[in-house]
Amino acid sequence: MAEVLVVVESSGGTVKKVTLEMLTLARSLGEPAAVVLGAPGTAAPLVDKLGEYGATKVYAAESAEIDEHLVAPKATALAQLVKTASPAAVLIGSTQEGKEIAGRLAVKLDNGVLHDVVELAADGTATQVVFAGSTIVKSKVTKGLPLVTVRPNSLTPSPAAASPSVEQVEVTLADTDKLAVVTKRVAEAKGARPELTEASIVVSGGRGVASAENFKIIEELADLLGGAVGASRAATDSGFYPHAFQVGQTGKTVSPQLYIAVGISGAIQHRAGMQTSKTIVAVNKDTEAPIFELADFGVVGDLNQVVPQASEEIRKRR
Amino acid sequence: MKIVVLVKQVPDSGAERNLRADDNTVDRASANNVINEMDEYAIEEALRLQEAHGGEVTVLTMGPDRATESIRKALSMGPDAAVHVLDDALAGTDALGTSRVLAAAISALSPDLVISGAESTDARGQVMPHMLAERLGFAALTGARKLTVEGSQLTVERQTEEGYEVVTAATPAIVSVWDTINEPRYPSFKGIMAAKKKPVDTKSLADLGVAADQVGWAGAATTVLSHSKRPPRSAGQKVADSGEGGVALVDYLSSEKFV
Repeated sequence: MAEVLVVVESSGGTVKKVTLEMLTLARSLGEPAAVVLGAPGTAAPLVDKLGEYGATKVYAAESAEIDEHLVAPKATALAQLVKTASPAAVLIGSTQEGKEIAGRLAVKLDNGVLHDVVELAADGTATQVVFAGSTIVKSKVTKGLPLVTVRPNSLTPSPAAASPSVEQVEVTLADTDKLAVVTKRVAEAKGARPELTEASIVVSGGRGVASAENFKIIEELADLLGGAVGASRAATDSGFYPHAFQVGQTGKTVSPQLYIAVGISGAIQHRAGMQTSKTIVAVNKDTEAPIFELADFGVVGDLNQVVPQASEEIRKRR
Repeated sequence: MKIVVLVKQVPDSGAERNLRADDNTVDRASANNVINEMDEYAIEEALRLQEAHGGEVTVLTMGPDRATESIRKALSMGPDAAVHVLDDALAGTDALGTSRVLAAAISALSPDLVISGAESTDARGQVMPHMLAERLGFAALTGARKLTVEGSQLTVERQTEEGYEVVTAATPAIVSVWDTINEPRYPSFKGIMAAKKKPVDTKSLADLGVAADQVGWAGAATTVLSHSKRPPRSAGQKVADSGEGGVALVDYLSSEKFV
């Protein structure tokens, strides 16, 4: 059976959830082979977890230069691997960097690319949800192998133990791979909360939250539920919450099990970023707010009363 | 500094958007077609650099006839000139083909800096800047929320999942920007009048030396097999808070096993 390459995303020695989802998907397409692209030593702490989700091989393409330069070295290393491994497909997380790697790889291999895929069938047919969640598209790569980026939270990761062999891959970079130099990486505090695009539960605040200070009631509810905090564009533009947490057309697309929209009217641009959530709950004082049209459960009321009361009630029930 | 700004005309993301039943492409005829929102931030950033460092700003668009409206709108903000890549053979071109055409058009302009929006509101692919960098051998500094220029050295703050990265490169380079980078200006009346007289250079595929069979339907490396409308979500239960709204919310979460 041909290998299916899964490009591993990790943070601080931990495999990101989207990678486990892609390994699960890869098992239905062929033999999952994980590809770690990073500085020397990146792969070692990830191998056990990758094996737990069915990776039969781990390719470790490790070089200090991969870390020191933006995107291009990863695409070069991956292109070299594709040429030698002749995989049946390449799966990459549909994150900013994932899409960028995919774009470069497409040019290098003169291969079609599909992004934000939520399903990939064995025959290469990919499903995408576009136009603010309103339209389902079935597409196929017609030139080259299926090269797709997979939207986080599109499927449930399931373990299937394997004992991967680790293969070091030599990385040969061109000068043009080293043009953009990363001089600093800064993590902005999100506390112990899960990453927004990977979280199973997201609690988002909008204009109705009314101040940066008042976002603490959103954070409190999110923490009680073990969720991430998001914000509408109105809230980030008003400076209530950092832009990195914006959900919507010009921010992150999230697809959690539960999305709680607090003080968010539900403009189409916001819906674009959360419409594929499994369950949607809304709290808004305006009974006519469009968010209620797609909410499975809605409370019409003052969020300053409803949200703290909900937090208090969750505490009580523990 | 010679700057090229990439501008894409897209269907308004605030209204209903559709794919055509016959050829699965974006239905532009029924849509309100506008400048891709993020591109306005790219234009603004180019104009600010021009104001600080001099040089010229050229808008580059690939698109059908009606993209002219967006080009004039872009020019009304202040750029000096535009190039419109217009050719019937472009219908059906995918991302890979688009990067081929834009790379050829950029090469012909030989800019120091290319600025684009970080993504378009229709495709949301984020692939174009790196595809172009790959073809042109330019540095790519993408996803910027801040850009500073000193001589030929560029520094951006790139937004990431975890926070941000500081990335530097020398020109020639391509920078893509998020809407966090600036606040785009509104075109002035004078700007709108002046835009009507600014030069718009129309280029065909032949002008750019791109073979027609490398783009369009013939050259596409992907194909849309089918599309359908996703059934709209239906509204569920809605309760008015009369003092116990928070409890009702938790009751619901509990019934769905979230609590």
